[in-house]
Amino acid sequence: MQTDPNGPNPKKSKDSPSNSANTESTQSPSPFPDEVLEKVLSFLNSDKDRSSVSLVCKDWYNAERWTRTKLFIGNCYSVSPEIVARRFTKIKSVTLKGKPRFSDFNLVPQNWGADVHYWLLMFANVYPFLEELRLKRMTISDESLELLATSFPGFRALSLMSCDGFSTDGLKAIATHCRSLTELDIQDVDMDDFCGGWLSCFPEDFGSLEVLNFATLDSEVNFDALERLVSQCKSLRVLKVNKTITLDQLQRLLLRAPQLMELGTGSFQQELLPGQFGDLGIAFSNCKNLRTLSGLWEVASIYFPVLYVACASLTFLNLNYTALRSDEFGSLLAHCPNLRRLWVLDTVEDKGLEAVGSSCPLLEELRVFPADPYDQHLHRGVTESGFVAVSRGCRKLHYVLYFCWQMTNAAVATIVQNCPNFTHFRLCIMNPGRPDYLTNEPMDEAFGAVVKNCTKLQRLSMSGLLTDLTFEYIGKYAKNLETLSVAFAGSSDRGMQCVLEGCPKLRKLEIRDCPFGNAALLSGLEKYETMRSLWMSSCNVTINACQRLAREMPRLNVEVMKDKESDDSRADKVYVYRSVAGPRRDAPPFVLTL
Amino acid sequence: MERAAVYDNELNLKATELRLGLPGADESEKQSSRNNKRSSAEMDDSRDKDEQESAPAPKAQVVGWPPVRSYRKNILHQKNESDLSGIFVKVSMDGAPYLRKIDLKVYINYQDLLKALENMFKCSIGVYSEREGYDGSEFAPTYEDKDGDWMLVGDVPWDMFITSCKRLRIMKGSEAKGLGCL
Repeated sequence: MQTDPNGPNPKKSKDSPSNSANTESTQSPSPFPDEVLEKVLSFLNSDKDRSSVSLVCKDWYNAERWTRTKLFIGNCYSVSPEIVARRFTKIKSVTLKGKPRFSDFNLVPQNWGADVHYWLLMFANVYPFLEELRLKRMTISDESLELLATSFPGFRALSLMSCDGFSTDGLKAIATHCRSLTELDIQDVDMDDFCGGWLSCFPEDFGSLEVLNFATLDSEVNFDALERLVSQCKSLRVLKVNKTITLDQLQRLLLRAPQLMELGTGSFQQELLPGQFGDLGIAFSNCKNLRTLSGLWEVASIYFPVLYVACASLTFLNLNYTALRSDEFGSLLAHCPNLRRLWVLDTVEDKGLEAVGSSCPLLEELRVFPADPYDQHLHRGVTESGFVAVSRGCRKLHYVLYFCWQMTNAAVATIVQNCPNFTHFRLCIMNPGRPDYLTNEPMDEAFGAVVKNCTKLQRLSMSGLLTDLTFEYIGKYAKNLETLSVAFAGSSDRGMQCVLEGCPKLRKLEIRDCPFGNAALLSGLEKYETMRSLWMSSCNVTINACQRLAREMPRLNVEVMKDKESDDSRADKVYVYRSVAGPRRDAPPFVLTL
Repeated sequence: MERAAVYDNELNLKATELRLGLPGADESEKQSSRNNKRSSAEMDDSRDKDEQESAPAPKAQVVGWPPVRSYRKNILHQKNESDLSGIFVKVSMDGAPYLRKIDLKVYINYQDLLKALENMFKCSIGVYSEREGYDGSEFAPTYEDKDGDWMLVGDVPWDMFITSCKRLRIMKGSEAKGLGCL
């Protein structure tokens, strides 16, 4: 988000003559009346487009800010609520992202920050017509949820992804007060689930929900309340229930909502009588619009046939909490020819992935998660052959997240030759620093092949034994790269320097456990201002170097966190990000703001 | 335990076996040759390679690696627990007017289970022996396994039993005698 250093023009120029044919005023070079310009700009939805528009001239800057209704802030500390309030006046939808991504993996201590409360206070004041709030990796308390629920009469959509700090009490407030709620979407959160009573707090006549996702909550909800809710919400298109919902309960819900487009089931393991089995099959077959299927906790594969009719039209199958064998998986997959996205656990093994290659020619995205990531001794799961098999059958593949224990350079080269359209390539060889297991060489050539062949590559996550050569390749070829994640890789500062110098579109760089030091950090001074953020942990950076960075680049926030055992000069965790708001005022004691 | 090795492929019983020593020491042969106090200078190359290939056993787990969400870790942990437990099976006894249902997860071994059954049905089941089964006692506990076969309770390791048991039937001793001779 760019800010105008001269400050925004507070008054609309409606009263000044705007007839372009007569006035050749140097202050208004725009040939359009403001109203026309604003009308045109109101059709712009993309943030990137709006950013570009705002830079054209002062008139366009103002027209843009008066017509923007959707606010996207990728780093909540890059700007302050005050600055946002001054610039935009008509915001209806806000997306805020907080903590660095590595907080998902416990690398960021609790109470680090990214608390949304201060933002909500501002919104309550300035944007009373706020309708949507989408948070990712932010902390939100029950008090904040209560504030949210009671401050915005037209509030419609709440989405919390990877958030923490709240409990089911907060959800009660939302259900009770948000009369126009259309969306309640809770994913991957760290919350206190006291009881399922929150669902019963929706008013008896409530009928506006379109999206309801409480799959990650543990407690049982009142089923009658849920059934009533589902039958009254005629526009419900996304329903993702939690594990406590049984198969026969699911059947009753499906009967009430045959219009569903996305379904997350509950437990799929209950013992069914033959009649119930048939009813479930009918219920599923009635859902003609089903495109996404997930949930399937504790599945008993003998019940898969009830899904077959619905599977024919599925485009997204999410089995990442379902431990299936390759044979069970294969029989299910045979009924899903239209899949575009597939998430699975590695229990399906290479044989299962071969089935993917042969059954799903339209596949665009594949994510293979480890069922047992700490299983260091059996090393089951998938190998390079599974990946190659998928690439042979699924030529449209452009997004992959793959967890495995072994990989070879040759396999990756084959994969990217089969599928040169990768935009997201995330490969995690779970043993840190593992070489090509056949040749014992570093995996440099693998990632070299990726960046050479996949010219559209936007996101890359690397693993395995990697030298500076990998980074040279990246700097030389990955011209569209925006996000890079590196762990246990590289040989010297040169590696990081290659990337900083060579990747013009780089926005997010996250590094852990690499031998990059001060020279590498300081080689990117101006570069960091063009990026959203840099994360470096367990590298060779000192506090002095961080201080120098902070001194030379005042518009960067440089934050350091120290591990207890390390010596005083080391900067164990460094988080650098551009900001127009200056150093943050809510930093906890363990975060040093330089 | 020779038997355990046979079932290893499917159930990985060794991994859940309680014993002294750090996780990661697979077979007993390897265990004797690898002890934590060896000096690095004495390690020969072949042992080095061995170490690398068979995963770092004594190494501490790296924080935040592999990069999976904490939520996923919790789910899988719960999943593992529920895979081996929360298993309700019907129990019938010859001559009893109605069936009962028990949760196999609640019991820690055969002795525990049999005692509970004896209490529940007010019968005496006796002691298991590999050769004679429950020969000599009034009743014998049998179960239907995943393949639909009726098996004598007690032959297979406990962990394997609770994952393959579909229902239990306490047979009259006279009928069960046939089973014991197999």
